[in-house]
Amino acid sequence: MLRRLFHQAASQEDCTKLCCTKIEDFGVRAGRLVIFEHVNIHVHCGQLTAVIGPNGAGKSTLLRAVLGEIPHTGQLRYTDAKGKHTGHPVIGYVPQYLKFDVSAPVTVQDLFAACMNNRPVWLLPVNNRQEILACLKRVKAADLIDRRLGALSGGELQRVLVALALNPMPDLLLLDEPVSGVDQNGLELFYEILEDLQNNEDMAIILVSHDLNMVARHADQVVLLNKGVVCSGTPQEVFQNKRTRKIFGMLADGGSRAGGTGFEWLLHKKKQAPCSCEDGGGDVVAKALEQAEAGEDADGRGGEADGNTI
Amino acid sequence: MAGEEKQMEILYDMASLEWLEYGFMRNALLAVVMITPLFGLLSTMVVSNRMAFFSDSLGHGAFTGLALGAILGIFSPVESLLLFSVFFALLITWIKNHSTASTDTIIGVFSSLGIAAGLMMMSYGGSFNKYASYLIGDILSITPGELKSLAVVLAVVVLVWIGLFNRLLILSINSSFARSRGVSTMLVEGIFAAMVAVVVAISIQWVGLLIINSLLVLPGAAARNIAGSIKQYHLLSVLFAVVSGVSGLVLAYYCSMAAGATIVVIAAGIFFVTLLLKRKFLK
Repeated sequence: MLRRLFHQAASQEDCTKLCCTKIEDFGVRAGRLVIFEHVNIHVHCGQLTAVIGPNGAGKSTLLRAVLGEIPHTGQLRYTDAKGKHTGHPVIGYVPQYLKFDVSAPVTVQDLFAACMNNRPVWLLPVNNRQEILACLKRVKAADLIDRRLGALSGGELQRVLVALALNPMPDLLLLDEPVSGVDQNGLELFYEILEDLQNNEDMAIILVSHDLNMVARHADQVVLLNKGVVCSGTPQEVFQNKRTRKIFGMLADGGSRAGGTGFEWLLHKKKQAPCSCEDGGGDVVAKALEQAEAGEDADGRGGEADGNTI
Repeated sequence: MAGEEKQMEILYDMASLEWLEYGFMRNALLAVVMITPLFGLLSTMVVSNRMAFFSDSLGHGAFTGLALGAILGIFSPVESLLLFSVFFALLITWIKNHSTASTDTIIGVFSSLGIAAGLMMMSYGGSFNKYASYLIGDILSITPGELKSLAVVLAVVVLVWIGLFNRLLILSINSSFARSRGVSTMLVEGIFAAMVAVVVAISIQWVGLLIINSLLVLPGAAARNIAGSIKQYHLLSVLFAVVSGVSGLVLAYYCSMAAGATIVVIAAGIFFVTLLLKRKFLK
């Protein structure tokens, strides 16, 4: 990993400590209802892992379980290159923006100041405005510093949240459907930022997304979740899998327009990032089925329930 | 004409601060000047955390605490009030965080239980009238000793507010997000709930169960209409609380009305004014 030797990220020290986040045999129940079970995912530094799946598949719940917010079975382990257990990493989290309370009289600066130190925001003047500006510049949002959260557009709020999640620079970044309701410009800007993070910082990113085209283009690893890991692997592998096509095909038949996914992986910017953990995938990757399916991909039967695909 | 003269007279009396010649009015004024900033501060986060209903149930819990204290006779009424209110607040917070039922249902259940159990115990043996004053409250009855304890509570709340506020703010925006920033949600929520419980318990005898919650909601709600930042939010909330408190007390004195109720009506008036001004302040 030459990149690791030469990169100059703020998280350089952390990177030597954390290499792999292992989600082992995760399960979450709400009462008797099984949200998901037996989920195994390994996420590596410098990799973007996309979690896709239909609504109610347990994607957001998985992230919240990783955060430790809801009780779960199974283990979460953070290991270094030699497989040794390390301490808790810094986790950055970007929630689905719709769940934010946007009517609060809180400016972007207030929010940053409250997150960065314990100096009471309501009483004392902010003393680290320059630092906050620097954080916002990273996501091209420096001009938003004095705006109220409620006055931000969806895309702007999203960028502010990403900037927050990047301070302190996390080892593991969790993005929960970060682009739902964001327009085309915001979308491109967001993925530009993601790509920048992938290339320049050595962090592991888990992205929950409905935007299969963007997933196909940017992710190193894709996990299809539906009450458990249905299949996982490179975007190519997952989108060719029969079961993926069945799940998203059904959604498309359910009434919305069919988007073109399934072979967008050809545009993938990085060629197949190698998996360095020996058991890097999920539970089953039905390779045989993929081979059989590979020929009939051209019909592009993918698409997505809420028509988010481009 | 007579009415006008009377009004002029009242205004003249107010200006000459004649009402301050009475010891009980001086005490009441001091109490209002200490209680209202307290409510103003807490109000910001009660409103931001959507806890209006929660704080209402705390008053009901305090009622049970009072009755328990009277029946058991182990503690003084104030001690039992404080202990039970804090216990009640922490219990609701805990159940809220460990149950899948919706928050308002859980609070509704406890709120009803609190008031019903309190009334049941108080009416035992037909002695309810003793407690009727807690429903309306009487700020004029405050004693110098109680003023001192009020000052202590004010100091403690301000100190906790300085130490806890940033975390409370992050929590009020989104709890998952707060969790990812290392904020212990149960701890912060618990401390805040306990603090509100203490303030409610200690001031219920002066403000009254029926209206105490309005003081925890109105200043913050009014400030929220026109504030553009956290500092403005706090400044306006405390200002609205103090202004309605002092003017309500004076007005109540001259028109011989219940002070607590007058204060609340003025605070509600401020709320409606800010509601109308909202568009001018916020784009």
